[in-house]
Amino acid sequence: MAEPKNGVSADDVRKIARLSRLHVEDEQCGSIAEDLNGILAWIEQLDEVDCEDVVPMTSAVAMDAPMRQDTVTSGNIRDRILANAPKTEDGFFVVPRSVE
Amino acid sequence: MTDLTKLTLASALDGMKAREFSSMELTDAHIGACEAASGLNAFITPTFDLARDQAKASDERRVSGTIGKLEGAPLGMKDLFCTEGVRTTAASKILGDFTPPYESTVSANMKADGMVMLGKLNLDQFAMGSANETSCFGPVINPWRNGEDLVPGGSSGGSAAAVAADLCLGATATDTGGSIRQPAGFTGTVGIKPTYGRCSRYGIVAFASSLDQAGPIAKTVEDAAILLESMAGYDPKDSTSINEPVPDWRGAVGQSVKGLRVGVPREYTMDGIPKEIDAVWAEGVEWMREAGAEIVDVSLPHTKYALPVYYVVAPAEASSNLARYDGMRYGLRVEGENLADTYERTRTEGFGDEVRRRVMIGTYVLSAGYYDAYYLRAQKVRTKIADDFRQAWESCDVLLTPTAPSAAFPVGRKINDPIQMYLNDVFTVTANLAGLPGISVPAALDGNGLPLGLQIIGRALDESTVFKAAGALEKAAGFDAKPDKWWS
Repeated sequence: MAEPKNGVSADDVRKIARLSRLHVEDEQCGSIAEDLNGILAWIEQLDEVDCEDVVPMTSAVAMDAPMRQDTVTSGNIRDRILANAPKTEDGFFVVPRSVE
Repeated sequence: MTDLTKLTLASALDGMKAREFSSMELTDAHIGACEAASGLNAFITPTFDLARDQAKASDERRVSGTIGKLEGAPLGMKDLFCTEGVRTTAASKILGDFTPPYESTVSANMKADGMVMLGKLNLDQFAMGSANETSCFGPVINPWRNGEDLVPGGSSGGSAAAVAADLCLGATATDTGGSIRQPAGFTGTVGIKPTYGRCSRYGIVAFASSLDQAGPIAKTVEDAAILLESMAGYDPKDSTSINEPVPDWRGAVGQSVKGLRVGVPREYTMDGIPKEIDAVWAEGVEWMREAGAEIVDVSLPHTKYALPVYYVVAPAEASSNLARYDGMRYGLRVEGENLADTYERTRTEGFGDEVRRRVMIGTYVLSAGYYDAYYLRAQKVRTKIADDFRQAWESCDVLLTPTAPSAAFPVGRKINDPIQMYLNDVFTVTANLAGLPGISVPAALDGNGLPLGLQIIGRALDESTVFKAAGALEKAAGFDAKPDKWWS
């Protein structure tokens, strides 16, 4: 299979995983890199297309973002919002310590 | 009494109106069919008690004279639509027990129109897949078989299987790259993805926001029109919702296609596509010609780039959308050594292989140093693909293409190369990239007795013409085959 121009290495996989907030074991990095390289090499056929002066398409339908009144439309539903939380206490989400 | 599960949605609505049977009788018949079809694994969460309550309420409403568009009809809901008080999983472990405190706009519209909800239907995890095999609740089995278990397509595989097996009168589905139309093609059902922005995305678990669109899977083109009229409509809660009235699509079905210009895109003839697919396509062209349409040869020169564009844009948007699953406010949490480790372990355990793969590709193509080379370039080629369609509309009114490059394939088929699976969407993904409506209509059985679909693509917001053309195609095809019941 063709190699993509920016071949992904096992180290790159560790970096992408960290950015993705995914845990990868060291022994998986090689096969994930191979996987990604296969897909990226296939994607790189896009380099054949002449994109000079082409405006990138960012939305499926051309329309302006609508404006709305800046008012409260919902609220006072704390318990419903907390109902799906893995851990709660006294009406709060309980999360792991983030500052030591 | 006749078997009420064999009815179309249109005839079931008529039957209730004429008081030939009640919603409760209709609902009970469908619950019976569902209970006798657990082998298909079409449902993740059946809601039969809720369905009976809704049917009872519907029958009472009918007595008092208030009748909605879907009054009393037992339907299925893809488990990607948030339903208040009913578990919504996206077929993922990370949302395994999530019970939304709110309702998606599409399902709310259908409830307001009198829907009876039979349950939440299985799908590919986060709608990422083309075979319904990435669901963490196990694969859905196609009611159509060929000596072995076949996939129903994906991602809306539960919706397609349930409709094909007469477990419900119709079902909701969603389509990001072909997830309504390809399973419809694999199961001999009708599926339409409307113009981007027709159906509100509010309350639909997000995959790729610039591509995701809801639509129905149904037994007939007319049924699809009835369902879409209920599902669609402007919603201020979705900033990309189009503020246009919903036309009388049901009325468009059955209209003459005399003089309609049907484009046949030459780039959709591809190497490696089975001859039978091309033959059915050629037959479809003849049917449209005989019905009075004018056949036009058109070119969509950037077709071959659509899938690579999709596999940049969709993972990029997915990696951003799925960043919300952090194990803090809802869903699964796997405790780690510290906060970052908790995030990573939660997401690694909560997401399946294909979802993790796409999140990583998306993260990579959006990362510093690669954004221009991959993401920006893909967005530019997306512009070229949309321009191809704009050009085509100068010489034709709709396009006629095959729906998928194969018939349904065996469950568990070993696929080492993910690109092979991605090719399932080769004919459907262009309509998502350009935001256009596309419908799949069952056309014929292949040599193995499996259904093949044809697709009609139309101009943005011109579902009326799409329904008109699809109705003509359906009539000419005369497809009335049903799978022999083998499941239990």
